[in-house]
Amino acid sequence: MATKQTDRRSWTRPTAFYNHYVKWAVYVIIAVFLLWSAWNMRISMARVMDGWDAAVGLVNGMFPPEYTTEFKNELLIEGLIESLAMSVIATIVGVIISIPVAFMAAENIAPKPVYWVGRGIITVSRSFHELIIAIIAVKAVGIGALAGVIALSYKTVGFFAKLLAEEIEDIDSGQMEATEATGANRTQTMLFGVLPQVMPRIVGLTIYRWDINIRHSTIVGIVGAGGIGATLLNSFDQYDYDFFLLIIIAIIAIVMVGELISTYIRGRIQ
Amino acid sequence: MLSVTDLQKTYPSGDEALKGVSLEVTGSETVAMIGPSGAGKSTFIRCVNRLTEPSGGSVELDGLELTGLSGKKLRNARRDIGMIFQEYNLIERLTVMENVLSGRLGYVSTWNAFRRNFDGDDIERAYEVLERVGLDGHENNRADELSGGQRQRVGIARAILQRPKILLVDEPTSSLDPESSRAVMDLLTEIAAEDDIPVLINIHEVDLAEEYADRIVGLRLGEKVFEGTPADLDETARGQIYRGEEIPEGAGPTGKVAAEAGDVGGVSSDEGEIRRS
Amino acid sequence: MTDYRTWERRTPRQRLLRYLAGLLTIVAAAVSWRLLRINYDYIGTAPTEFMDLINRMYPPNVGYTGQIVSPMIETIHIAILGTTLAVLLSIPVALLGAENTTPNRLSFLLGKFIISASRSVNVIIWALVFVIIFGSGALAGTLAIAVRSIGFCSKLIAESIEEIDPGQVEAVKATGANSIEAAIYGILPQVKPTLIGVSTYRWDINVRASTIIGFVGAGGIGVELNTSINFFAWQQVLTILLAILVIVVFSEVVSAYLRRKAR
Ligand SMILES: Nc1ncnc2c1ncn2[C@@H]1O[C@H](COP(=O)(O)OP(=O)(O)O)[C@@H](O)[C@H]1O
Ligand SMILES: [Mg+2]
Repeated sequence: MATKQTDRRSWTRPTAFYNHYVKWAVYVIIAVFLLWSAWNMRISMARVMDGWDAAVGLVNGMFPPEYTTEFKNELLIEGLIESLAMSVIATIVGVIISIPVAFMAAENIAPKPVYWVGRGIITVSRSFHELIIAIIAVKAVGIGALAGVIALSYKTVGFFAKLLAEEIEDIDSGQMEATEATGANRTQTMLFGVLPQVMPRIVGLTIYRWDINIRHSTIVGIVGAGGIGATLLNSFDQYDYDFFLLIIIAIIAIVMVGELISTYIRGRIQ
Repeated sequence: MLSVTDLQKTYPSGDEALKGVSLEVTGSETVAMIGPSGAGKSTFIRCVNRLTEPSGGSVELDGLELTGLSGKKLRNARRDIGMIFQEYNLIERLTVMENVLSGRLGYVSTWNAFRRNFDGDDIERAYEVLERVGLDGHENNRADELSGGQRQRVGIARAILQRPKILLVDEPTSSLDPESSRAVMDLLTEIAAEDDIPVLINIHEVDLAEEYADRIVGLRLGEKVFEGTPADLDETARGQIYRGEEIPEGAGPTGKVAAEAGDVGGVSSDEGEIRRS
Repeated sequence: MTDYRTWERRTPRQRLLRYLAGLLTIVAAAVSWRLLRINYDYIGTAPTEFMDLINRMYPPNVGYTGQIVSPMIETIHIAILGTTLAVLLSIPVALLGAENTTPNRLSFLLGKFIISASRSVNVIIWALVFVIIFGSGALAGTLAIAVRSIGFCSKLIAESIEEIDPGQVEAVKATGANSIEAAIYGILPQVKPTLIGVSTYRWDINVRASTIIGFVGAGGIGVELNTSINFFAWQQVLTILLAILVIVVFSEVVSAYLRRKAR
C-alpha cells in the first residue's frame, strides 16, 4: 500500500515504442546520427566567416540584376522558350505513354503479371531524379532539347501512371460490368466502361504535370539537356552573378505563371 | 465570490450579445443560467474569464477586478477559474492524465510543461480526482478513446485540478444522453458542496436546472429577465424567458411573478410542456 | 417539340470550349515541336543508343561498390540533416504563415514570403547559390536541401495549423497557461500527424534530391556519378544507380512505416 502511494506521485506518458528504454535508445541513436552527420559537414568558424564574405560578395555581384545587354536578353528568352516548349512536348509524350502503363498497373483491371510489370515501370521511373535521367539521356542522344524531352517524359510516366492507376482502382465497377455485359471485348470495355470515368482526372493530372514539367525543364539544362538551365550554369561558371540573378528571377516568374494557369484551369475543370 | 456588474458585449459583427447583465455568485451555491440559444449565456461566462473580451462593465472575483488585467496577471486570475465546455474541449490526442494535469499549467514552468514534469502532489491529486469522477484506470487512455460522458468527466477533473475559486460551466450536458447528463450534474453539485466553491452553469434543459440549481437566472436577448429560486420559475417566467412574453404588472425583471398573473401562465402551460419535452 | 433523335451530351457552349481547348493544345504542341528543332535522325537512333548504353553498363562493377559506400553515406547525411533542419525551421515559419497563430499582418506576409521564396527556386539552383557561398561540399548541399524544403514543409504545416480545433487551445488558455504552453498542449498534438507525415514525405523527396546536388559540387553520390559518366565508366554508373535504387526504396519503406506508426 505504501509503495502504491509513492507510485502515484509520478506518472510517465506511455510511449509509442515498446518501453521507455527503447524510446531513449531511439532518441540517442537519432541524436548520435545527427551529430555524426553534422560533424561530417566540417563546419568551422572560419568557413562560416568565409561564407559570410562570399555571401556579401554574391549579393553585391547580383544587384542590380543585369537586363541591359541585348545579347544576354536574347539568350535568356531563347532559353526560356526552349524550356517551355520542352515542357509541352514532354507532357504530351509522357501522358500518352502513361495511359497504357496506368491500365497495366491498376490492380482491378490488369492480370497479376501485367500488374507487376506496370508497378515496376512506375517504381523505376520514380526512383531516379530527373537530372540523373537527363544526364544519361544526354550521353545517349547528345546535348540538346531531345535529351530533356526524354528525361521529362520518362519522369512524367512514373508520376502520372501512378496517380491514374490509383484513380482507375477507385472507379465504379458497375459501369465496367455493364459495358462488359453488352458483349464488349476487353479493349472496348476499357474505352467505354473505364476511360470516360477517369477522363476528367486525366485532364486535371495532365495540367498538373505540365506545371511540374515547367519547373523541371528550367533545370535539366544544367546537365546539357536543353532549356534555360545551360545559360544559368554558364553564368555561374563565369562568375556573372548579376545575369545569374536575372535568370533565377525569370525562372521564378515563369514557374509562378505556370502554377497560376494550372491552378486556374484545374479549378475550372472540377 | 464572483460579482458581475452591468456586463456588456457587442461583437465586431454588431451583435449585441449582452446588454448590461449583473449577477453575483457566492458561497457554494449552484446557479443555473437558462435562456434560449443566442441569449448570450456563453458570451457571459466567456467574458468572466476573458476568453471573450467584454465591451463594458465589471467582473470581480474575490475583490479582484478582472476586466483590466493582462499578461501574467490575467493568467494568474484564470488559474482560479475552472471552466467546463459544451464540446468538452479536451486535447483529443493526449492521454487522460495529460488532460487532467493540464489544469496545473498555470503553475509549472514552460519547460516542465513540455517535459510533462508535474509536481508529485499534483499527480497524486490527479489520480484522486480521476477516482472521484469515476475514471480510475483510464489515465493512460487517449481522450479520443472515451465516450462523451467520460470525456466530460475528464473536463471536470481538469477544472478541479486547478483548485479554482469558482467553476464556470457552459452547457455541460447538451452533447450527452439523459443518463450521462444526470451523472455530470450530480458530480458538479457534489463538487460545489465538497470543495465549497460556487458553480455557474449555463444550461438548456429547464428541468435539469430546476432539479439541481439553488438559484436560476433567465437570460433573453442579452438581458436578465428572471432571477429566483427553482420554485419561482413558473409558467409566466418561462414564457418571459423563452417566448419574450410581456412582463405582467408587479413582476420586476429580477422579482417573482405576481400571483394574479396565474391566468396568463395557465394559457401558455400547454405550450410550455411541449417546449420542455 | 423535343427532337429525340439527336442526343446531346453537352451544351453547345461547352462543346465549343472543348473544341477550342483541343485546338489550342494541338497548336501549342505543333509550335513547341517546331521550336525545339529536334533532329529526326537522333530520334530514330535514340533506342539503339539507349540499348547500347545499357549493354555497356551491364554487368555492374561489383568491385567498385566499396568506393561508393562513403559517398552514399554522405548522401544520406545530407538528406537527414537537411530535412531535420528544414522541419525545425518550418515550425516558426508555419506559425507565422498560419492565419490563426500569426501575431499580425506583417508577420503573416513575412511567413508567406519565406514560404513562396523557398518553394519557387529549385534545389539545384539553391545548391549553386550555396556552393558560391560555402564552396563545394556537403555543407552547401545540406543547406540547399534545407532551404528548399522549408517552404514545402511550412506550407503544409501552416495549413494544418489553420485547421485545428480552436476549442482545445482555448481550454488550455482558460487554465492560466501561457501562449507557449497553449501551443505545446493545444496546437502541437493536433498537428503532430501532419508534422510526421510532412517530414517523412519530404525526407523521401530529399533522398532523391541529395543524389543529384553533387552535379554542381554540393556533395553526395552525385559527384561520383557525374565523374563516372564523364569518364564513360558505365559499369560504375550502373553500380551507383542500383545503390541509389536501394536507398530510395529503403527510405520509402521506412517513411511509410513511420507514417503508419504516428496516428
Ligand atoms: N464570435 C462571435 N461573433 C459574433 N457574434 C457572436 C459570436 N459569438 C456569439 N455571437 C452572437 O452573440 C449572441 C449570443 O451568443 P451566445 O453567447 O453564444 O448565446 P447562447 O450561449 O446563449 O446560445 C448571438 O446572437 C450570437 O449570434
Ligand atoms: Mg452557448
